[in-house]
Amino acid sequence: MKVLAIDTSNVVMGVALVEDHIIKGEIVTNIKKDHSTRLMPAIELLLANCHVAPKELDLIVVAKGPGSYTGVRIGVTVAKTLAWTLNIPIVGVSSLEALAANGRYFNGFICPLFDARRGQIYTGLYRYYEEQLKCVEDDRIVLSNEWARSLKEKNEPVLFLGSDAGLHKDILIEALGPLAMFAPPSMQLPRPSELAFLGMNKEREEVHSFVPNYVRLAEAELNWLAKQKG
Amino acid sequence: MNKDIYVLGIETSCDETAAAVVKNGKEVLSNVVASQIESHKRFGGVVPEVASRHHVEQITLVIEEAMNKARLSFSELDAIAVTQGPGLVGALLIGVNAAKALAFAHQLPLIGVHHIAGHIYANRLVTEMKFPLLALVVSGGHTELIYMREHGVFEVIGETRDDAAGEAYDKVARALRLPYPGGPHIDRLAHEGNVAIDLPRAWLEEGSYDFSFSGLKSAVINTLHNAEQRGETIEPKDMAASFQASVIDVLVTKTVKAAQEYGVRQVLLAGGVAANKGLRAELERKMSELTEVELVIPPLSLCTDNAAMIAAAGTVLFEKGRRANMALNADPSLELE
Ligand SMILES: [Zn+2]
Repeated sequence: MKVLAIDTSNVVMGVALVEDHIIKGEIVTNIKKDHSTRLMPAIELLLANCHVAPKELDLIVVAKGPGSYTGVRIGVTVAKTLAWTLNIPIVGVSSLEALAANGRYFNGFICPLFDARRGQIYTGLYRYYEEQLKCVEDDRIVLSNEWARSLKEKNEPVLFLGSDAGLHKDILIEALGPLAMFAPPSMQLPRPSELAFLGMNKEREEVHSFVPNYVRLAEAELNWLAKQKG
Repeated sequence: MNKDIYVLGIETSCDETAAAVVKNGKEVLSNVVASQIESHKRFGGVVPEVASRHHVEQITLVIEEAMNKARLSFSELDAIAVTQGPGLVGALLIGVNAAKALAFAHQLPLIGVHHIAGHIYANRLVTEMKFPLLALVVSGGHTELIYMREHGVFEVIGETRDDAAGEAYDKVARALRLPYPGGPHIDRLAHEGNVAIDLPRAWLEEGSYDFSFSGLKSAVINTLHNAEQRGETIEPKDMAASFQASVIDVLVTKTVKAAQEYGVRQVLLAGGVAANKGLRAELERKMSELTEVELVIPPLSLCTDNAAMIAAAGTVLFEKGRRANMALNADPSLELE
């Protein structure tokens, strides 16, 4: 089974081609350059290098957010269009879950995070149980200091993952002290191959109705709803 | 005998998700438009983030319907054309990335199309274009006079220096407390009212084909405000009629003058405001005096944003050898060249 995995939900852009248990190739960049111009060329290059034609693909896995609204839409649009037109299934995986997979051998909670500005983070809580990654606390947007306080109550070591973790490091250490652990740079970036493996074991989505998980409503909609309630 | 050319067009520059298949740049095989207007009405205007979200929900459905209605498979297509700009960047990105994915999956040529080129080429779905020609493009975002000496070559000879005509319509509609989108409401009211209020016409400097509507818009708002302060009432229908008369006067006069100066064989009306009955009628009346120039006004469904027009323009660019690669990007302020 040939799986193409796509992640443009945050600063990292990742594409991977996985065939059964073998990672054929991965392209990962961690630069603030727009995904729209670089995603399709990266897919084109990866498939060409691996001598795989688009029509040979069997499954598309995409990081469905949370993250940058525009970024995640680019990945999801490409993924659902490819899946629909190639008539193959599509699977969406949480962008945070894909990052959490880097914490495989950590004995404790795994906390992937992306900065969401104004002191907020996109985060969730994960843990490996018998080599299976499980979600302990759902993905959300939350103030990092609030989140740090709630993690402290669990009184267990927490591994923080993500290149934005550094932005909130002081806050996390202040609350958690020695229970807060930070991964080295080589483990901070989500791997699209992890995304592919996670996706292979998940349920297929209905392609037409598949949309990103934005975690929150558009601002205009929030304001509109608030006004309705008066 | 040349082979027929089939092009799939995709358009997501604002608040309509659209896909269409066009044969030889002239014949519409399918033209599917999913409008989001009902969703944006509650905000009183198009909200970019909401528009982008709706595009992701609709994009594959709309393309599927366009392909099914055209009874074609991707292997029978010759190219995929997509609106590259101008427009809302987040909205454009959905169409551009879907188009790239399709072109890649089926190894088809990809063509980026300027939205205004699309509006102009909507006319080719009605009748063959005769060069040189002049196009008056009027929409929510554009007011432009474009001269074309041949296919695919555009020269902007006049454009708005501030608000687009459609924008002025929306703002005046708001001042008259008409629901969004205001254009059609003003057009309807204008036919019931009288041109009783003296409003300015911005002719700009001698010989200029540029437009300006912000002064007119302000005049409307000030007149309403002053009347209110004096306890007088202005009939909205009279204000609508007077405002519309001023807009149409400037648009039509400049168009007719340019048509004469440039010696064109055809004048095309394009863009969403081309649906305006008052504008159509006045342009028809004035153009009838220029017996040697043909006036073309496409039907309503081809005036508002659609993908058939993008496929039609894309077909011409395809024939001219224009190709985009996988790095094609959305460009919210793309220039027409
Ligand atoms: Zn338009």
